[in-house]
Amino acid sequence: MNDWLLLSFDILILFILLGLAWLTCNTKEIKRGVTLFVAFGLLLAVIWARLKAPDLALAEAIIGAGISGALLLKAMRDYTEQTSLSSETSRFYVWGINAASLALFVLLAWGLWHALERSDGVRLAENVLITTPESGVSHPVTAVLLNFRAYDTLLELAVVFTAVLVVLAMGTKQRDFGKGEPILIAMVRWLAPILIVTSGYLLWVGAHAPGGAFQAGAMLAAAFILMSMTGVRVDSMLNDSSMRWLLVIGIGVFTITGIVMLLINGHFLAYSKELAKMLILLIEAAATLSIAAALTLAYLGGMPKPQQKTQSAVKIDKTEEGTS
Amino acid sequence: MIDYLAVLSIFIGVCFFFAGSVGLLRLPDLFSRLHALAKADNVGLAFVAIGVAMLESDLINSLKMLLIWLLVMAASSVSSHLIARHALRGRKPNE
Amino acid sequence: MLQELLYGLAGLAVFVIGLRGALLHDNWLLRLLSLNVCGAGVFITFVAIAYRGLTLPADPVPHALVLTGIVVAVSAMAMALALGRRLRSYDD
Repeated sequence: MNDWLLLSFDILILFILLGLAWLTCNTKEIKRGVTLFVAFGLLLAVIWARLKAPDLALAEAIIGAGISGALLLKAMRDYTEQTSLSSETSRFYVWGINAASLALFVLLAWGLWHALERSDGVRLAENVLITTPESGVSHPVTAVLLNFRAYDTLLELAVVFTAVLVVLAMGTKQRDFGKGEPILIAMVRWLAPILIVTSGYLLWVGAHAPGGAFQAGAMLAAAFILMSMTGVRVDSMLNDSSMRWLLVIGIGVFTITGIVMLLINGHFLAYSKELAKMLILLIEAAATLSIAAALTLAYLGGMPKPQQKTQSAVKIDKTEEGTS
Repeated sequence: MIDYLAVLSIFIGVCFFFAGSVGLLRLPDLFSRLHALAKADNVGLAFVAIGVAMLESDLINSLKMLLIWLLVMAASSVSSHLIARHALRGRKPNE
Repeated sequence: MLQELLYGLAGLAVFVIGLRGALLHDNWLLRLLSLNVCGAGVFITFVAIAYRGLTLPADPVPHALVLTGIVVAVSAMAMALALGRRLRSYDD
């Protein structure tokens, strides 16, 4: 009975998933596409929760539904022209793509079926669950991320850093949204501190429950993005050099820890057992700051222009003097 | 006993969600849709949260449910206000 | 097994739908959306394989990989948006 209920829930949710994916990929209107994409991200969060991946659900709810929505909305604002249907694409081309997609799906499905059927049930999971208590944290996903496969996570932070470097190289900060509605400002004024505290909580709780550096960093970035959307000048809180430091601190602390451990234990990122908990927390705290800085800068679209800021500040001062 | 109360509460909440969704799909214009959605969802979520809180044995977790309800209520009322405000502002030049 | 297969197949379908959309769109923003949907399909299949029924805990290794993947995907999207903005500034 319960199995059937669960199965019908699964089928319903997959039906909605496929429908949303189809609509997102086939709409010709940008506004519609972005809205559907955000809904798709929210649905993904539900699916992660269903597949017993609460870490992913947290991250997806913050990033997939929140931050990427904000990024896309900002991009959309500069992009008002409606695109027409692709008139040049021939019928032949469309049908070719359709047939190729279908063939690809059948091939992949056959591969998946084979992989699942032939699998001998040997998993890394058993190893991970047995060795997690020795890793310094008790949550297996955090143990994998920052102990067993810490090398991957370091390189992943480097990838995020590189992406932000490209964003920074593409120009300076885009113009902000204007001052928000008073009621929105009032809400953000008490919501932003809650978000920041929650981010600290997520960082801390990651040691023994779902949470960790990625969710915490994304949450912190979400707080800054929300503030920036209501017209708070987030970038004026931090100057250029402190922003740069925040960007590299994650990789920096990670690499330095790795090298120190190489000198002590003979292997890169091989933590001493008694130090593991502290080291993981240290790296996670640094990574949180870096991820938050990276995502905030990605949203702002580059470093703020220092000269212009001082100029406008001077201007405001002058007008205030004039009116007073 | 408390389990039955919890299930009843969740059921009432789901009914409100259902009414809100029907309203979103059937009502004629944006403002009445917002009206249906925000109200029905807030009350529906309240009943669901109360139900889940009753099922939860830990008091802290029950309080977390309450916090979730408060946050969602704030977010949904502010966002419906913003949507309505935006729509009104867009409509003014036409009238 | 059934759940893994269902979600895995759905992930593959989402991947193919996204790929098809990316190939058919000629607007770069819509193409970017489709590519992101395509990437999400890979994540779904991966997490579906990690799922091991209601009784066993899920496999944490794919979860860790997908978690980093989500963050990389959003930064890649930000990068693509910045590149697209720069490209359009040349067009104008």
